[in-house]
Amino acid sequence: MTPMVDLAFLLVTFFMLTTKFAPEETVVVDTPSSISDIKLPENNVITLTVDSKKRVFFGVDAPQTKIQALQKVAAKYGVNFTAAQAKEFSNIPNIGMPIGQIGSYLNMDKEARKQVNAQQPGVPLDSLNNQLIDWVIAARTANQAIFHKPTYIAIKGDGNADVPTVQKVIKVLQEKDINRFNLITDMENKPVAAAR
Amino acid sequence: MSEIQAKDTSGGKGGKKRAKKMSTKIDMTPMVDLAFLLLTFFMLTTTFAKPNVMQLTMPVKKTDDVEDTKIKASEAMTIILGKDNKVYYYFGLNTPLDKTVPKPELLVTNFSASGIRQVLLTRLRQQPKTIILIKPTEDSKYRNMVDILDEMNITNQKKYALVKVPKDDLDLIKASAL
Repeated sequence: MTPMVDLAFLLVTFFMLTTKFAPEETVVVDTPSSISDIKLPENNVITLTVDSKKRVFFGVDAPQTKIQALQKVAAKYGVNFTAAQAKEFSNIPNIGMPIGQIGSYLNMDKEARKQVNAQQPGVPLDSLNNQLIDWVIAARTANQAIFHKPTYIAIKGDGNADVPTVQKVIKVLQEKDINRFNLITDMENKPVAAAR
Repeated sequence: MSEIQAKDTSGGKGGKKRAKKMSTKIDMTPMVDLAFLLLTFFMLTTTFAKPNVMQLTMPVKKTDDVEDTKIKASEAMTIILGKDNKVYYYFGLNTPLDKTVPKPELLVTNFSASGIRQVLLTRLRQQPKTIILIKPTEDSKYRNMVDILDEMNITNQKKYALVKVPKDDLDLIKASAL
């Protein structure tokens, strides 16, 4: 039995170390399902979450990229963040508020943030105040500088999100020549003998 | 630990005499149970953590010197995603201003396996070169959009595009009152 136990514990250790627990999402979305079996790439992913209340959230996986992107966007809008705030920001999976409000959000403790999360207004993306594209561009260049890898754009939409919002996100990105999107979906079984 | 050891030795029949001689083996079963429980837990969480994605490639931004691709009426098929998970579709082109083109007949179906999928499969058999224009209206949900793109994959459509819904098509829906 000892060798088996040894192996079992080895595997336990392996899985424990390799598992990345998903950080608590700012917003919960129920994605629609599709038969696609392509997996989302492990890293270099920018996630744009669209929820059913027309809000758009921005998120990028790597903490370093997040910090650099924050600094770049902050510089553009004349907002300052302390090193501690930036560190705190790197722990947040996604953000859905104008850059001006992020500072005070970062100063809150975890419990207070949970209260605010439900009322995050979403990243502004209209033509006059398009912060979403700034975030995406900043995250792309930061990721390229740090990891030398291109980024994937994933759109994680709620099933009940309305199409105009999603199309607006796509249009905004297309204006910057980003034409490839990954729509995050749940898995669904392929219908049997549907194609012939 | 020592308690477990003491209990462990009483398992045998004639254990009384040998009770003083402590066994060096401990019962590992609960530990192994726990180990396997953890193993299963971590294995399952790792595999399910990564979401699936559906790839969507939009056309490159239009420059002025490139003209729109003209679609032949015989190859065109339009799918309009409407309110309440309704799917409207028609074959050919809808150009009310051009009197030479007959007004297309608008039909309605749903997202079930016997709905739009059968329509697409029949169409593909009749016209293998079909170009499908998907037009989600403002009332449709994101789920509908993903569903219809999924149907494109299921039915192996070669050419399809996600386009804006023009006013003519909205008028057509209104006029047909489906």
